[in-house]
Amino acid sequence: MIAGDGDAVGVLATIWKWAPLIGRGFLLNILISVLAMAMGTVAGLALGLGQIAPYAVLRRPAQIVTQFFRNAPWLVLLFYCILLLPYQMTVGDWTVPMPAWIKATIGLALPVMGNVSEIVRGGIQALPQAQWDSAESLAFSRRQTLWMVILPQAIKPMLPPWMNLYAVLIMATPLASIVGVEEAMTLTRFALSAENRSELLLPMYLALLVAFFAYCYPIARWTARLERRFAVKH
Amino acid sequence: MLDLAADRHAAAVPSPGLLPRTDSPAVVLTDVRKSFGASRVLNGVSLSIPRGNVTCVIGPSGSGKSTLLRCINALTPVDSGSVLVDGIAVHDPALDKLALRRRVGMVFQQYNLFPHKTALENVMMAPIHVLGEDREEVEARAVALLSRIRLLDKAHSYPGALSGGQQQRVAIARSLAMRPTIMLFDEVTAALDPVMVKEVLATVRDLADDGITCILVTHEMGFARDVADQVCFTDQGIVVEEGPPEKIFTNPDDPRTRDFLGHVRF
Repeated sequence: MIAGDGDAVGVLATIWKWAPLIGRGFLLNILISVLAMAMGTVAGLALGLGQIAPYAVLRRPAQIVTQFFRNAPWLVLLFYCILLLPYQMTVGDWTVPMPAWIKATIGLALPVMGNVSEIVRGGIQALPQAQWDSAESLAFSRRQTLWMVILPQAIKPMLPPWMNLYAVLIMATPLASIVGVEEAMTLTRFALSAENRSELLLPMYLALLVAFFAYCYPIARWTARLERRFAVKH
Repeated sequence: MLDLAADRHAAAVPSPGLLPRTDSPAVVLTDVRKSFGASRVLNGVSLSIPRGNVTCVIGPSGSGKSTLLRCINALTPVDSGSVLVDGIAVHDPALDKLALRRRVGMVFQQYNLFPHKTALENVMMAPIHVLGEDREEVEARAVALLSRIRLLDKAHSYPGALSGGQQQRVAIARSLAMRPTIMLFDEVTAALDPVMVKEVLATVRDLADDGITCILVTHEMGFARDVADQVCFTDQGIVVEEGPPEKIFTNPDDPRTRDFLGHVRF
């Protein structure tokens, strides 16, 4: 079990051989994460604004939906979407296929939505009530106050937790391999079974870990920098 | 339409000599009550404020002064009683808040400028977005307002780069840009050092000279004595005593007023 130089070179060469395929899979991880983040952010923003609505008929459902998706295991939500969503959707004359990766994207967007909703609510409520008062006494409507006065100020403090959430999301995308999406994790397993060499197991998974780390670490650093910048003053 | 109210209150209000006009009062509060949970903040406040007057509301902390002010522009809804502002029934649940707030400006203790906008943008925002006025016209007016408060050189500064007194003057200009007929000042000098207090009060005095009805909640007794047309002493949610400053400050009727003023330095 002593790995000689020849073995190490052989392992590296094998990883290098599979890198283009697994790399393409990793691009799908990124695509899923970006789309899920976009969908979850738009839906979460709406839900978060619902949570601070002055009308209980809006506020209560928004709070319940938020809490439900924030406190559900991501993998279970993913399974649920895969099982629940149809293979294709028909909108009028159009039939849109729904491949597994799109369903997985929707499945991952749901917890993102719940978390973004809380980030939005918290960010808005952290602003002093006095900002609302002064906008209101200048005859701004509630909607104008929200879009022109409150949200522009709340976005900066919302950014670091939002980016943290994205880092959690990209690291959760390999969950999609369990439901058959051909992303980096699935393709790594595929490569390993094609090679059928047990000494490749650890190096190949290590290569995958390194790929995720290389992608996530700069985001984490950037988030930390933003946090420091926004922490001090209001 | 306002004549009835005017006649009714003309008799009730002792008119100070300086009163510019005697038509309907700018603000009339009648038996206004307000509680927050178990604590009763306003216990039946009645007050009439003539147009163009400077009224100073004084009294101990927690006597409901700020709440009184916030009831006038509907930031705080009243529980009962009536609030008439320029003939608008503020207590009416169907109140058009925006119409009310176009006439009533308000300035706060903590300035509350919008920190993500420059001084000039702070002044221009409401007329452009609320009144839908032409940007160039509004800019010209905003520039005139900033030069009036002698802060034109700070037009493109953000609030964070201004001193407290400067921020407060910008906040006043921001309210004035809406061309209100009534201005409410909620302890606007409480967070300022004496030099800044002077700057801000000079600005307020300027407005009063222009005939804008000014209502100030203040602890600046010197200002109240020198500038106010009417001083109103509140304690425990009621107006204990009101009258011209020379009366309130030299010869108050009520022992509570006397006691309070006895603790105040001028």
